[in-house]
Amino acid sequence: MKSKILLFVLGFFVWALLVWPPDIQHIIIGILIAFLVSSITGDLFVKRPSLFTDFKRYLWFGYYVPLFIWECIKANIDVAYRVSHPDVPIKPGIVKVKTNLKSDTGLTFLANSITLTPGTMCVDIDRENGFLYIHWIYVKDKDIEKATKLIVETFENILKRIFE
Amino acid sequence: MNEVLGTVFIVIGLAFDFFGCLGLVRLPDVYNRLQAATKCVTLGTCGILFGLFLFRGFTAAGLKALLCLIFIILTAPVSAHALARGAYISGVKLWDKSVVDKYGEDISK
Amino acid sequence: MTRRVRWVIGVVLVVLLLGLILFYSFPSMLRWQSNFLSRCFIVLLASSALCLYRVLRGPTAPDRIVAIDILGIMVVGFCAILTLPTGRDWYIDIGIAWALQSFIGTIALAKYLEGRDFDE
Repeated sequence: MKSKILLFVLGFFVWALLVWPPDIQHIIIGILIAFLVSSITGDLFVKRPSLFTDFKRYLWFGYYVPLFIWECIKANIDVAYRVSHPDVPIKPGIVKVKTNLKSDTGLTFLANSITLTPGTMCVDIDRENGFLYIHWIYVKDKDIEKATKLIVETFENILKRIFE
Repeated sequence: MNEVLGTVFIVIGLAFDFFGCLGLVRLPDVYNRLQAATKCVTLGTCGILFGLFLFRGFTAAGLKALLCLIFIILTAPVSAHALARGAYISGVKLWDKSVVDKYGEDISK
Repeated sequence: MTRRVRWVIGVVLVVLLLGLILFYSFPSMLRWQSNFLSRCFIVLLASSALCLYRVLRGPTAPDRIVAIDILGIMVVGFCAILTLPTGRDWYIDIGIAWALQSFIGTIALAKYLEGRDFDE
């Protein structure tokens, strides 16, 4: 029930942004559609609604966003360097790293952060054993432990505090 | 709202867009192209949308631009991930000078 | 040392090309601000031309799908820039709808490449 109310509020908020100068007809249609969608698919998206009342997680999320934007800008400058160099200095390969995250949202955010940070892109997730396969544009280390330390750890520690 | 800052963000976004498409032409195989293009074009388009938000402020168009920015930054890596896995399973090989391929070793077991 | 010199030459050439398109006004050099946004449009068109080269030339099917995905993200940028000089705010609505369509289309094409059904 709680998760349905959460999804209803979220859907109605996005609807209100989409039709921004708000009108009484738009508001009524939005309430109807958000009620329909949340009553049908309420339990699919939000599995543990008790996490939303924990205030510490929002603080960690506020720390995660600027770090993510900074890494993203670094990644873009790195790509611009490699592309504009006449020799194209790349040494690509697919490496395998470990992760401790279990929840769906945490794994999705981890894969997205890895894709947008310097030189790495997530190719596949092995959820049973906790492995990620990562395409690395300049392979520094083939070993599992060292690659885990180089790629995953900074984001994993933060995302564990937010989503687990 | 602040037109000079908006212009600066738009110009930075355009430059990153151009570098991403240059990477799409110059890099050797599908995975490298996907990597370079996804990173650069995502941040470039987000720069343009944020510049639009700075031009317009908290009006309808500005808020919609922010919504579009959040949507793109959430979905572009997911589609890149799906395309990379699809390309690997459909049988596209890595580049000849690639160093290591752990995924192929594990998938053939 | 020579590698670094060649890198500097490459970056300077690309930045000069961008700056020529954006800031050089062909009739008079002082009034570049008047049609600045149409210059932005030309830069985006050049990027799309590079993408279309990859669509035409790409040796395998995933290359073309990647280029089309990137074009789909860039169209949102086109819509955002078109909003500014015309003052018509519904262009950004087209951008949002295009982003949704492009995402769903790319996911469907990726599932097709994997050779699976769509209900997974």
